Amino acid sequence: MARITAGTATTDSFGLRAWQAVRAINPVYFIALVLLVWVGFRNPAFYQPDNFLTFLQRAAPLMILTAGQVFVLVSGGFDLSVGSVVTSTVIIGAILANNDPGATWWVILALLAGGLLIGLINGAVTTYLKVPSLIATLGMLLMARGVGLYWSGGAPRGYLPDNFRMWGRGGIEGLFGLRDFPYAVIVLVVFGVGYWLLLHKLNYGRQLLALGDNPRAARLSGVNVNLMRISAFVLCSMTAVIGGILLGGRGGVSIETGTGLEMQTIAAAVLGGTMLLGGRGSIPAAMAGALALELLFTLLNLLGLPKPLRDAVQGLIIIAAVAYTAYSTRRNR
Amino acid sequence: MTAISPPAAQPSAVGRARQWLRDRNVPPVYGILVIIFIVAILLDAFFGIDDELFILNQTILTNILVRSVALGIVAVGQTFVMVGASIDLSVAYLISVTAVGASYLMAGDPNRVWWTVLVLFVVGIVVGLINGTLITRLRINSLIATLGVGLILRGLLNATFENFAGSVPASFQTFAYGTIGPLPISVLVLFLVVLAGWFVLRRMRYGSHLYAVGGSEEVARLSGLRTERVLTMAHVICSVTAVLTGLFVVSRLRAGAPWVGTDGLYDLESIAATVIGGTALSGGKGGVWGTLAGVLIFSILDTMFNQIGIDAYMKQILRGAIIILAVGFYTFRSKAEQG
Repeated sequence: MARITAGTATTDSFGLRAWQAVRAINPVYFIALVLLVWVGFRNPAFYQPDNFLTFLQRAAPLMILTAGQVFVLVSGGFDLSVGSVVTSTVIIGAILANNDPGATWWVILALLAGGLLIGLINGAVTTYLKVPSLIATLGMLLMARGVGLYWSGGAPRGYLPDNFRMWGRGGIEGLFGLRDFPYAVIVLVVFGVGYWLLLHKLNYGRQLLALGDNPRAARLSGVNVNLMRISAFVLCSMTAVIGGILLGGRGGVSIETGTGLEMQTIAAAVLGGTMLLGGRGSIPAAMAGALALELLFTLLNLLGLPKPLRDAVQGLIIIAAVAYTAYSTRRNR
Repeated sequence: MTAISPPAAQPSAVGRARQWLRDRNVPPVYGILVIIFIVAILLDAFFGIDDELFILNQTILTNILVRSVALGIVAVGQTFVMVGASIDLSVAYLISVTAVGASYLMAGDPNRVWWTVLVLFVVGIVVGLINGTLITRLRINSLIATLGVGLILRGLLNATFENFAGSVPASFQTFAYGTIGPLPISVLVLFLVVLAGWFVLRRMRYGSHLYAVGGSEEVARLSGLRTERVLTMAHVICSVTAVLTGLFVVSRLRAGAPWVGTDGLYDLESIAATVIGGTALSGGKGGVWGTLAGVLIFSILDTMFNQIGIDAYMKQILRGAIIILAVGFYTFRSKAEQG
């Protein structure tokens, strides 16, 4: 996004330079800002810290999932299995834990191990069998959901214990003088900062972006292409498990928990300027894209639109935003 | 596919058979189809829940074909789009729109069939034009553009209808249940659609243009093709096949509900069947005969799973695994042939 304009800056007026500086900012931040102001305009109570944190708690799973998806997207792949992994995390978590608070920790570990395995399979199938990631993860979409539903017999069974659900709906009472500081927001900040460091500050991220930009050049310059690809899928699947833990905590056990999330994460990432087929993307911008989507849902709710029409508006906004991004990148060239 | 095998002095019978198939451009996926068919017969013989072999039962064999009709028609359209290096995720929603629209507009009255069908095909053409315009003029990635259009269709549909609406007249159900002699009309329609798809792709100038655009849009444009028009046309064709599938589905169910398209997973399964059939996601190669084999593989598996009594969720798991393995086998093999 941040394209450097060639050098006659000294003769430019202040206004022009300011305009160029604004132009260099990823448009997703403006979209999110406009939505934020609009929501506050419709519902001034939205800005009260407690209410805003509750909103962030609700937005956290999608933002974290989107950050995970970005790793696969910038490496040049897709992960369509995210939603199924989320659903199965919730279903299988409920069966394994079965309302026993003592089981929570090993259940979370087991679920993460499951995510690791799914990521490894996705990665291995794409790199070694050379199956396009769209198809490989589509197969995994069917398999992951199938395993969850087969295990539970098709209907949710068992309960998630309270200390499992606290991650999604609980908080620390009285922190910063607030009523309740949600754990989900803490998780969001930890993963947001961690993934930002990983993709933008560490060598790993540079190699991954190089790989997505030009696999051949990356391989010739010594990047372990297969390892990088597989690691991106593993990261994404394990993030999906984290997202599932948060969503299961908030909404309880349902076989619809993760439905549609794979496309929402991809749409949010693209809204944030992530390029499909790899090479470019930013964690903060993608997370802002996810935030913008959640703000949009809130706004449409406040405007009193029936739920189905929200889908339609979401579709329109995604098309418009991506068309604008495509247009502005073309113009900058 | 077109790799030249080294000239052997005395080619074996298998080698000659392979050469014969290659000379006639038989897609390699037919090998997988045959293998799966044989495996299905063996599994049915050893683990079948009844004593009867499905291979000897004409009803079941016909059923395999009928099962292929809904997915098969739309997969032909998806093949066009994917040959042009694009993709269409909106087909499932368009199928729902068609199914609900047909039963609502016809409202059981045989006199309203013709103009309803006409209206729905116009809707399909418009949706295809929108998809094509978003992708070629506004340069939106096809995955995102068609996903967005799909969401809009779903939203509008769900906001208007909540359940089964209206019904189609009995005469319209001939499409799904009628037969000409022993041959179901629907299977004939599928065959005609595949044949038309083959003719357009392989025998008409438009087909060559589409392969050129899918192979390299840049080169196609520089050699004077109006690439935007070619690709938009492919999207229109795809949407029209989705409408035809929707009409078949509603003619089978008698009434349409907003979830019939998405529950049938027609978007992802038509893509999977096309890729299994040998059309690359990157475009420029493949064809409708391969896609037909991909669709038949799905129907045979479904029938076999029913014959040996596999749980519905286990079916999903196996389906996912088989999609991956079939495409893996295919890509792995073509990599090996390239050397």
